[in-house]
Amino acid sequence: MAFKIVASQCTQCGACEFECPSDAIEFKGEKYVIDPNKCTECEGVFELQQCASVCPVPKTCVPA
Amino acid sequence: MLTTAKSGGCASSSCGSSSRPTDMDSATWEKIKDHPCFSEEAHHYFARMHVAVAPACNIQCNYCNRKYDCANESRPGVVSEKLTPDQALRKVIAVANEVPQLSVLGIAGPGDACYDWKKTRATFERIAREIPDIKLCISTNGLALPEHVDELAELNISHVTITINMVDPAVGEKIYPWIFYGHRRYTGMEAAKILHERQMLGLEMLSKRGILTKINSVMIPGINDQHLIEVNKWVKERGAFLHNVMPLISDPAHGTCFGQTGQRGPTALELKALQDRLEGGAKLMRHCRQCRADAVGLLGTDRGQEFTLDQIPLEPGYNSGKRHAYREVVSRIRDDHLAAKNQAITTLASVSVRGSLHVAVATKGGGRINEHFGHAKEFQVYEASQTGIKFVGHRKVEPYCRGGWGEEATLGGIIAALEGINIVLCAKIGDCPQKQLMEAGIRATEAFGYDYIETAISALYAAEYGLDLSKATA
Repeated sequence: MAFKIVASQCTQCGACEFECPSDAIEFKGEKYVIDPNKCTECEGVFELQQCASVCPVPKTCVPA
Repeated sequence: MLTTAKSGGCASSSCGSSSRPTDMDSATWEKIKDHPCFSEEAHHYFARMHVAVAPACNIQCNYCNRKYDCANESRPGVVSEKLTPDQALRKVIAVANEVPQLSVLGIAGPGDACYDWKKTRATFERIAREIPDIKLCISTNGLALPEHVDELAELNISHVTITINMVDPAVGEKIYPWIFYGHRRYTGMEAAKILHERQMLGLEMLSKRGILTKINSVMIPGINDQHLIEVNKWVKERGAFLHNVMPLISDPAHGTCFGQTGQRGPTALELKALQDRLEGGAKLMRHCRQCRADAVGLLGTDRGQEFTLDQIPLEPGYNSGKRHAYREVVSRIRDDHLAAKNQAITTLASVSVRGSLHVAVATKGGGRINEHFGHAKEFQVYEASQTGIKFVGHRKVEPYCRGGWGEEATLGGIIAALEGINIVLCAKIGDCPQKQLMEAGIRATEAFGYDYIETAISALYAAEYGLDLSKATA
């Protein structure tokens, strides 16, 4: 399992990109995307998923 | 002697204290004399620009909605296009080449300049290399500020603005739904307490480094309005140079929590009453325009739309000619303006009857009455008394002349915005609006068009309270 970003709600502030401990998030084309092969849901690193915790728009960084 | 004492310092700019307020040391004046946000006098001559390179934020405020973007809206945190550091450099060079008044570059978001620090730092480094004489400043919510104070000093950031809306977490809980700190989201009292402590720590650290600070506080009626008196005390104790109380902008169309739940903003008179109560605390800023995170130009005259990325040169080279020439002109104008102010003070002091006069001025800058009533998007408000002329704020309005439609409703809005004003000064005004203002109890005149603001006000005051007008204008 990994997280995904709902592009239509994303404001593209980029906070998730630099908070992600796995470097799984990048800006591709016209939106931010999460690489499911890299996303660990912050397990073992942080108590909570960093992207979802910092995202200003509710329900935008969600389980895929 | 009286005149000199009141005008402050030496009348000649060659002494380096031209226009310096009496209560300010010369080193501080040197830091702010060209900064339109930190000096009310400077804001008549100098422009700032913000570059929107810091979209990430670590807190949520109930008065902010960062998803909403409207080019016609003027509110902190709003932008039309986010920039990378390289794009920001292009934009700053383009503006510096075309806007000679430019003296300050700020990063005010649209998120937080300290939280989105890598982009902030990269931007400042590029611009300091290309335009070394531009002043750099940031605006921040303060949560991530303490960890970057050393770097701010290293980059020669000389001015920092911190938004501080409370010093009591019980108040903060109503303003901040959450903060993101230490890799965790906090809510409620805990969130407000952490934010408060970090803001105070950051302010203290900046003061120790000699970095000038301005504290922005959003006045939210029923939530923190009276509490801001306590905020003023706290920030003054910690070395804040300036305190800026600005009104909550609350409109359901903006999609903010406060806007949608019906929390109202303060009236102009409520704002002024609070600001008056704060006199004597940290020095007050009364000329804030609550600009967007991509604002360009003199305060109150945003030219940001002229400098969108698609309109600026791809690889502009910096040419300092216009900016340097402008500074020569401003130096002379300031001397002239200072002489006019001193004369105005003398005129006021000679009036034997005490009284006060509230004057609204239409101006495009330069300290002169040089805007037409119909074109004014705001009026600057001054209060005159025997002891002097004080700038007390501005009133935003919809311009009366809008191509011939909606004028009646617009004029009604202008009259409402000018509540408490005795007289309006402008370069030109039509007969119809002048008559309607008179019917509302507000005189309007173009008799002082293009004069210095203080010269006109002192002449009016003298006429109102007894001195022969011919002497005042001699």
